[in-house]
Order: sequence, then C-alpha cells, then structure tokens
Amino acid sequence: MPKIRIDNQEYEVPEGANLLESCLSAGLDLPYFCWHPAMGSVGACRQCAVVQYQNEEDTRGRIVMGCMTPVTEGAIFSLTGDKASGFRQAVIESLMLNHPHDCAVCAEGGECHLQDMTVMVGHRDRRYRGLKKTHRNQYLGPLVHHEMNRCITCYRCTRYYRDYAGGTDLAAMASHDHVFFGRHDEGTLQSEFAGNLVEVCPTGVFTDKTLVGQYTRKWDLQSAPSVCVGCAVGCNTVPGERYGKVKRVHNRFNAEVNGYFLCDRGRYGSGYVNSDTRLPYPGMRGAEGRFTALNHHDALAEFERLTVGRRVAGIGSPRASVEANFLLRSLVGSDSFAPGVSEQEQPSLQRATALMRSTPARVPSLADIESADAILVLGDDVTHTAPRVALALRQSVRNRAYELAADMKLQPWQDAAIRNLAQEQRSPLVSVTPGSTRLDDVAERTLHLAPGEIAEFAFAVAAALSGGDSAGNPEAAAVAQMLRDARRPLIIAGTSLCEEALLDGAAAVAGALVSREADGTRAPMLSLVVPEANSLGQALLCGDDAPDLATLTARAEAGEIETLIVLENDLYRRGTGEEIDRLLDAVTTVIVLDGMDSATCSRADLVLPAASAIESEGTVVSMEGRAQRYYPVFVPGDERHSSLYWLLCCLKAADHKHFVDINHVDEVIAACASAVPALAGIVDAAPGGSYRSHGVRIPRQPHRYSGRTAMRANISVHEPKQPQDEESPLAYSMEGLNRDEPGSLLPFVWSPGWNSNQSLHKFQDEVGGALSGGTAGARLIEAAGPTTVPEAATPSSIDAATLELIPRPAIFGSDELSARSAGVRDLMPDAYLELSVADAKTLGVEAGDGVVLGGSDTAFEVRIDPSLRRGCVAYAPGLNGCIGLVPRSGVSLSMAPDWKRRDADLIARDGQEGSLS
Amino acid sequence: MTDAPTHPLTRNVRPDRRPTDMAAYEANGGYNSLKTNIGQRTPAECLEIIKDSNLRGRGGAGFPTGMKWSFVPMDNATPGHKYLICNADEMEPGTFKDRLLMECDPHQLIEGMILSAYTLQADIAYIFIRAEYHKAIGLLREAITACHEKGYLGDNILGSGFSLEMHVHVSAGRYICGEETALISSLEGKRANPRAKPPFPQVSGLWGRPTIVNNVETLCNIHHILEFGADWFQALGKGEDAGTKLYGVSGRVKNPGCWELPIGTSIREIIEDHAGGMEDGYSLRGFLPGGGSTDFLTPEHLDLAMDYGTIGKAGSRMGTGTMIVLDDKTCPIGFIHNLTSFFARESCGFCTPCRDGLPWSAQVLESLENGDGRPEDLETLAYQIDYIGAIGNTHCALAPGAMEPVQSALKYFREDFEAHINEGCCPYERSASGGAVS
Repeated sequence: MPKIRIDNQEYEVPEGANLLESCLSAGLDLPYFCWHPAMGSVGACRQCAVVQYQNEEDTRGRIVMGCMTPVTEGAIFSLTGDKASGFRQAVIESLMLNHPHDCAVCAEGGECHLQDMTVMVGHRDRRYRGLKKTHRNQYLGPLVHHEMNRCITCYRCTRYYRDYAGGTDLAAMASHDHVFFGRHDEGTLQSEFAGNLVEVCPTGVFTDKTLVGQYTRKWDLQSAPSVCVGCAVGCNTVPGERYGKVKRVHNRFNAEVNGYFLCDRGRYGSGYVNSDTRLPYPGMRGAEGRFTALNHHDALAEFERLTVGRRVAGIGSPRASVEANFLLRSLVGSDSFAPGVSEQEQPSLQRATALMRSTPARVPSLADIESADAILVLGDDVTHTAPRVALALRQSVRNRAYELAADMKLQPWQDAAIRNLAQEQRSPLVSVTPGSTRLDDVAERTLHLAPGEIAEFAFAVAAALSGGDSAGNPEAAAVAQMLRDARRPLIIAGTSLCEEALLDGAAAVAGALVSREADGTRAPMLSLVVPEANSLGQALLCGDDAPDLATLTARAEAGEIETLIVLENDLYRRGTGEEIDRLLDAVTTVIVLDGMDSATCSRADLVLPAASAIESEGTVVSMEGRAQRYYPVFVPGDERHSSLYWLLCCLKAADHKHFVDINHVDEVIAACASAVPALAGIVDAAPGGSYRSHGVRIPRQPHRYSGRTAMRANISVHEPKQPQDEESPLAYSMEGLNRDEPGSLLPFVWSPGWNSNQSLHKFQDEVGGALSGGTAGARLIEAAGPTTVPEAATPSSIDAATLELIPRPAIFGSDELSARSAGVRDLMPDAYLELSVADAKTLGVEAGDGVVLGGSDTAFEVRIDPSLRRGCVAYAPGLNGCIGLVPRSGVSLSMAPDWKRRDADLIARDGQEGSLS
Repeated sequence: MTDAPTHPLTRNVRPDRRPTDMAAYEANGGYNSLKTNIGQRTPAECLEIIKDSNLRGRGGAGFPTGMKWSFVPMDNATPGHKYLICNADEMEPGTFKDRLLMECDPHQLIEGMILSAYTLQADIAYIFIRAEYHKAIGLLREAITACHEKGYLGDNILGSGFSLEMHVHVSAGRYICGEETALISSLEGKRANPRAKPPFPQVSGLWGRPTIVNNVETLCNIHHILEFGADWFQALGKGEDAGTKLYGVSGRVKNPGCWELPIGTSIREIIEDHAGGMEDGYSLRGFLPGGGSTDFLTPEHLDLAMDYGTIGKAGSRMGTGTMIVLDDKTCPIGFIHNLTSFFARESCGFCTPCRDGLPWSAQVLESLENGDGRPEDLETLAYQIDYIGAIGNTHCALAPGAMEPVQSALKYFREDFEAHINEGCCPYERSASGGAVS
C-alpha cells in the first residue's frame, strides 16, 4: 500500500485508488460532485481539486483533480492550502451562478449534496451580477420530478442513466452553459431504474414525484432498515415515515446485494402502505353478509373460537415473513399448510430450491453476479422478474472492458477512458428466452425458443460441456465454448416460465462447468430467480411435501377442513376464479390475515388487519438464500398488528406446547430456526432485540427531528408518549447512536456536514466497500452440496396445434403490492397478449387490435413481439384482466369482434394526470 | 524529380485560387513522393525522417510530429484498425490557412495523408472538416475519387501491399472539435467533449484504437519532407524551427491575408511588408499572434521571430500563426468581450470552470464595456484568470486559451479598463456599434 502525504500528514492508501477515494476513506472531507463510488471518475465538476507537489522542494505545486489522480508512493498533496481551497471556492461560486436558490421549496432541501458542498467549501457571497439562465422542465412520468434550473451540470444523471443503467431516453443536450439533461420529448422515462436519478443527482433536479407534492425534510423522516418485498432479490431499503405515511423509499447500501441502486418497483412500490384500501380494523362477517368492525380483544377471541379445537388448514404466503409462515404452519400443522403459490409454480419453486441446495456451483450474490465474465440467461426476462439482477448484469458485461483497461494500466475508476477504450466490446451474455428481453441490447446473442425448447437447449449445452457430441446443435456448442472460456461463468434461470426441466437444464450446465473444473481457477455460478420476496424462505420452510392448493381443495371437499386461515395472500392471484371458489366454498370458515382489501378478503368470515413489512419485523429469504431482517419504520395505526402477533396470540390461546413461553420475536425466530434445519441460519440475519450500540438503542429519528410535540397538537394538545420498541434494537427516538452498528441495523445515513445520502462513506471503512458494521443478512445456502448433475429431463409440452400461454411478468403490475402504489399503478399497462409475427398473421391481427381467449369474452390488446417464438402467446401475470390465466396452458385465440383501437398515447403533464381523456 | 521548392505548401496555389486538379498536381511533381516512398521505404524509415525533420504540429500546440507518431504502437500486438485523422475543423478566430490549402490544392493534403498513414500503418483515414468549408469538401471528395482511379487510395496502393480508405467527415462545426479528443468523440457520434488524457489517442483514440490526429498544414508537409529530406526541411526555417509556415494577418491592416513564409520570419516583416502595415489613420496597439486564444503582444514585440520558442518566451503562443491586429481606435475591452463570448459559447459544457466560468468572465467584461463596471470587477477578472486560466484547472485547453487575451489585456491595457469604470461608459466612440474586430 503506497504512503502519501496530505497536508504534512502521512497516510497509507489502497494501491490503485484515486486521491479522492483515498481522502474520503481516510475520513478527510474533500468536496466532489461528478465522481460516484459506483460510477468512477470523469473529472467534470473540478470540485475535488487539490494541490500536488512534485517533490519536497516544490513550494508552488499545481492543481490536480482528486478523482483523476492515482495515488503513488511518496506523492505530496495539500487539501487545505489556499491555492486548493481557493480554487474549490471558485468552482462552487461558478456552479451557483444559475442555481435558483430555491432550497426552501426543494424536495432535496436538508439532504442536498450541493448544500453540503457549498457549506463545506465556504462559499457565501455572490459576485455574479448577470441574469440567471433558466430552463423549461419536462414531464418525465409519474415517478421522477424534473427541475432543470437547479442543475449544476455534473453529468452524473446521464452517466448513470445511459452508461450504468443502459437507458437511452435521457441525455445531455445543448452545450456551454445551456446544457440540458432531459428527454428529447416530454414523456415517461423508459428505464426501469430511473428512480435512482433521485439519489444520483447531487441536488434537486430529479426528485421523487411521489414525495414532491407532500414532502417532508429528511431530518423529519423516521426511518428503519427494511428489505424490499417487491421481488426475490432482497434489496435493502430505508423507507421514511412522517404522520403515519411512508413518504419515500431510499436505497440502503448493501455491498453484496443492491449496492447503491434500486429498481423503480422497489423505490416506488411501497405506496400501498398509505393506500385507502388498507384494512384498518378486524371485521367479522355477519349473517347478512356485511362486515362488522371488531375491537382487538373481540377479534382475538373470534380468531381463537374459529381456530382452536377445529380442523384447520392454512395457506401461507411467499410475500409474508418466514416467522409468520412458521407460526401459521405451527398452528395448523405442516400437513395442512400450503405455501400459497399457484399449482403451476409450486413444483418449479420446490425444484429451484432443491437445485440451489444441491448444486456444486456457487449461488451468487448480486456482487458475485457483477463479477461474471460470461452469462447464459435461460428463460427469464430478469429486468421484469428480478430487476436489480438485470442492472447487475449490465455491469458484468463490462468486465471485458476492465480486462482491456488492465492491459493498458487503467484503473477501474477511470470511467470515461475505459468506456472509450472498450466501446462496444462486452463480456458475452447469451439470452435464451421466448421473446425479446430488456437485456437484448447488451447480449452477444439472443435465441428465442419455447420454454420446453429452452430446457432442451440447456441440456444440449451441458452435454457439449461434458464432451458430448454437439455437432447437431452448433448454437449450444458455441455457448458451451463461451462458458468454457470464462473464468466466472454465470447461468441464470428462473421459475417464471413454470418449467422444471429448464431449471434442471440450468443446473446441469452449471454442474458440467464445475465438473470440468480442475485447477480451481474457475468459479461457475448458478442463479435461479424465484418470484417473491420470501419465495425461497417459504420453500425452505415447507419442504417438498407441502400440499398444494389442489390438494387442500380436495381435502376441503372431503370435509377435512373446517377453518381455512389465509395469510397475506390473495388466492385469486394463485389460481383461476373457479378453482379458488371451489376451495373457499368447501370450508366452513375462512379467516384472512392481510393488509389490503382483496378478492379473498371479500370471501372471508373473519379478517384480521396485518401490518405491512414497513410496519413490522420479520425475516425474508432472498433468491440467493440470504436471510434478511426488516424492522418496523413506524407503529401501524388503527387496529393493525403484524401477522406474527395475531398468530402468536392464537397459538398461545390454544396452549400450543411450543409457544406457551414464547413472547418475543427473537424467540419466534429461534423456535423457527430450531424447528426447521434449513432455516437455522435466520438467527444470524441480524442481531437480536437486546443488541445495543455503545450501550444505547439505535435511533430511528435524526438529531434534528422536529415538531414531535406538535405533530398531533391539532388532535390533542397532550403529547403522546413515544412508542416503545420492545422487540428490536431500534428506538422511536432521536436519542441514541447511529454509528458503527451492524449493517442490518442502519436506519439512515447522516454525518456532520454530510446531510445527503453521500454521507454513506462515513459508514464504510473504504469508500464503496462494505459497511463498517458488516454486510446485512446471513446466507442460508453457502456450502455447495454434493455434485449431482440433473439428468436430461422431459420438458412439459402442449398440443402443437394450440398456442401456449407464456407468463412474462411485468415490473410494473405483476407484483401485487407495488401495483397498488401510486406511481407504479400509473405505469401499469392494460392487459395485453403478445404474439409472434407469424401467429398474428395467421390470426389476421395487428398490434393494437383485440383478441379473445378461447371461449371467454375477455378481450386483450394485441402486441407484436417480432422476436417471440412462434406458438407462444405471452401475457403479464397480475395485470387487470390477466388474473386467472393459467400459465403454460394451451389456448386458442380469435379476433375480438367489437374491439376499439386505442388512440395514440397522450403525454400527460404534471398537474394534469388523470384529466386527459 | 522536381527541384526542391522554397514554398512547398503553396507551390500549387494559383493567383486566382483556382483549385489544382489531379492532372495539374501531377504535372507539378505531385504524387512523386507517394511513388518514391510507398513500398520503397519502410514505415520505420519514414518515421525517422519525420522525426529528423523537426516538424512541429501546425494546429497550434507545436508538438513535434515525429514524437507524437512514435507513441503509436507498431507491433501489431492488438490486431485491428489504426486511424489517421486530419483535423480540418479550423475554427480558431482569425485563422483561415487550412482553408486556403484545401481549396487551392486538395491533392497535397491527400498525398500527405497517404504517406502519413503509411508511416503509421493506419488503414483508415478521416478528414474531419467543418461544414462551412463546403468548397473544400467537394474538392476533397473529388480528389479522393481521382486517387482511387489512379490506385493511390484503396487496396494495395501502387502494389505496395499497403491499403488505405479515406473518408471526408463533414462536422456540424464546433470550436471544440478542433481539440483532438473532442474531435474523436464527435466522429464517434458522441457529444464533442474532450477526453481525459492519459490514455492518449495514439494508444486509445477513435473507437478505442490507436489514432493520430494532425492539422491540415502539418499533414501537407509530410510528403514534401519524405521527398526532399529532413535537411531540406530544416533549412527552410529561419530560426530554431524547421520548414515554412502559413502566416496570416487580419484586422485594420492594408493587405490582410495569408502567406507561406519561412518559419521564424519576424512579426514586423509579416505585418509591415506582407500585410502592408496599418490602415491609414490607425496605429498598432497590440496583436494576438496566433489566433483568438493567444496572449496579446504589443508593438515592442514586432521584431521577434514568429516561431514557437520566441513567441513563447515573450509570454504568448505562436498558435496557428495567424495574427489578429488591435488598432488604437478599437476598444480592447469590446475586443476581448467579443472573444470571450465566443469562447463561452463554444465551451462544450463539460467542466465547470469553462462552462460557468467563461460566461461569468464575459458578463464582467460586458458590464465593463457597457459602463456598468465597478472597481472590484478588475479583481474579479484577475480571480477568474487565476481560476480558469491555468492548464490543469480545466478538462481541456479551451478555457485557459480563452483567458489568454483577457489576462494579457489586463496587463497591457489596464488603463482602458479603469477608464471604462471611471467614466461609466466605453471611451471609444465606436464602441456603441460593437467596436471589436469582425
């Protein structure tokens, strides 16, 4: 490690780092704008200028940019000298020439990096007397607000949006001091990761539109570490609350999972917590069919009455916590507990779980995925099924560029130079899917096959890797060669197509790569995408023998089930309406624990309002097998309680022998860990409730949290007692220390002088590296199992004469909860069916026409995907109108008779949404 | 073989500026150099001759061409294209020398480029030319076609085994495209932003491949040097620099224009003999020796030799060698305000000191010129010069260049600045109509 001197102090700094990183890692405050730890250096803003001296004799030195200067042994710098600080003041002064100084009404205010840097640099008095330049702002869709006048032209937005995230519809336009960052025309930003602009922008050009209208300063937000429940990736988040509403969600850094970025489903998908379709009180259906609100005590009594001593079955949920599912399973018995996924999905999920536990390949974290140098994607359009994985893959294809850069002795942070050097050269990614995907632009090759064919292709690749004859399949041979040439090959498949053989095929490829492995220099990876936040946890809890919905229906119809308890699950999204009706008709009593009103709630006899993930504590297991804990950001209002609470009360009332002495969430976690060996590791996901940092709890509120005593004064002048958190190490308080805590307990980032999210580096030992307190979560699938490579399996197939319904999930719409959030809801398309060109021609339809399915009279809009495999009809599960469609079923289509084509899309404007006809 | 010329660059320039076509060019010894060098000398031998000639880049920076070329990897370790780019984006205020060369003798540039590409073993060449030079664009395209017909371009040139494709790229025209890395970005279809160096284009340039960018005038010298030798070229210069140079003069002189003269000719000779001296009724106040981005020199510097070292020692730069003359009836503040506004507008907008600093300077100069100046404005200007004017403070050399006339004006014409502030108006009568050179 080279030693350098900064202002006469010696520092040992990491080899190959730049000076800015080194300064920040050493705890020195050096202001910057354009540099970003995940995006490297370009030297645009000139804010991190320092003075470098040639040698001891050099007294003048010259100005260099910290972010562009590699640290070398013996280098001498000054940060604080007049020359350096004077230059930095000049930079800020000129950056602020045209800034509107509208901090009072800016949603960034109080967590604005520009504010912080201005104060840090010490600029105060303006000398510029000319007019300010102004810009016209654009409508960028329902998620991101645009206020160009605040721009300081650091280029972070386009570097993030285009270079990092692969977007194409946001760019720098015009030049000199007229540079404008926006779209060519107004309209919704097309990237699924556009929301990160809000955190990437160092000032208030891009802000959360969902926050802007009713914003709260960061210092008034109560926050807690949370985990996104939008998909199975398990991104770490920090939701912020004020007045009982979730105001916004920010990224919570996790070096092995989401790093610095979220997808837009995760960032904007928590609005359901504020929804007016939330259930406020328990309700009991009366004889005449109407619900009557119950108080908490009566509700518990009813819950016990309808449960204890009766023949009870339970349906869990892959979007509920491990603990809640475990308690329900304990209450009803494992034989009577269904995991709560569709009949089509359940075998795939179980298969995926088994393969992950048995594969000799590594089940990668997102950080591992970013290190892959050859990628084979089988089946999933991961941008829609596990969005953050897609963003990681966009980084892994850059590994070729880093190799080229290393040959030229360029450091990885020299972003512009590396992009100029590598241009379009990428590490190979081959995508084998039914139709086009959002990653096609970085794919070296795309193949479009039906689900069963993809499975066969995978086995062909595996055979080629094992030295089999691949002459008949040159594509498979080429892919095998690509994987063989790689040092860190990655196979990605998923359950979205409900094709078990495909998962087997993926595991076979990974297994074959491991078998070829002799010298230990290669690290093959197998990543299997499962659909929901706790799908994997649910599969680990239930094992292979859990009954599916059809089994429960059969038993209910045989009279074996009196009471059915449904945990956080809308069953009508898990099967056809007829199937679910049959099940619910066959039981005497239906009890639903859920947060939101749903079709299933409407069939319930007793409804217990469940707290959301943002209002409760629990563990979910992500698709890499990482158990992660989320904590309540605020205490749920009305009579809402966590499902864990309701179920534990019921278990205790039933005198369940294992739960009599269990009173604390930690004890539930421990009970689950000891009862289910596969989940033993969940106790390590985060410290227990007794953890204290420096002897005190970790505060959910920042120091400057204001107005606490006045917040409810309009209701009552008596200040309520602050809620006490009996369960977690966090406190509903400003008091305590937000310092050095484990990564799983980081409630927000703030450091003196660093009010924005840039303060994160104060929580890292090395800028961009893991949190000082450790990376959140505990991996449950770590040690590779015995080498069992799946045999070639026979994929499911349908009658060649009919079309096959292929589920192709949509980031905005296929997830139940986020789809009920403002913003995300606005981006949900109406139900559509995607057809291949050939099939559309056969049917005589074009894009925008309508088709009807089989005998039904529901019409769908036709979309044409020119890449879609002939014979496949794709739909997006979860969209209105698509609920109840059976994945992989054979269907026939015909032209809708009375279909009216929709007009060309109108572009909405701020303040006019919903008013356009 | 033709006799060694004394004015190699303009030997084919006719008094009526009619362009030289292939026949006329060849009749006057054109493509002799190509025929006698390509396949006859090795690229390494050619490079040695260019190095020995002491040719320095004519685009403004004066970097030794042979040395620049020697950084191009010749080992073919990484197979792929190598590029030669001719920088014909001539946009330095007051500069019109490359235009003369391309409009009068397009084949000269092409022959120079073919041999340059041969020396570098580049297989693709671009002429990056601003759209306003439409006459040159047409002539160059015709010349390229004619060369293909003759076998001077294309596959296996004259049986040498060397192949070269040449393209004319018409740019949308920005001052910053004259900066070689911005030019490369623009050629790639990206924003014309300069790139951070290292890596230098010689190793990672166009499309990430080894690339040489040279000015039109530089490239026009190459085949002459290869034909007549390094010693001949060295002998053409008057002082320490070698060869001839196109010098230009604009402003209120009797005979503004552009002339090929031995490099190192004195400024006095250029202004008084060739440009005919000042117009009647005007006297010389100062001049920018090498285009709009060089420091003012004053009449006391008239006897200096116009070469890189001498002008550099006097506190300015030879730049493109095309002078802009400031007379005694033109307001120097108006003059530099005009230039600063130009440079502010031509900033690519990438780095802060240039993008936001230059408009700030322009604003201070504007208020001074309008009589709204305040005494502290001179401090602000000096502050800005310190901030924007140093190489290294900015991403590329545009802004430091832009500040050169400002800083030297503040040095030489300080009393004018003070007069504007004290009198509350521009003391030059003609300032109301803009005043500056046009």
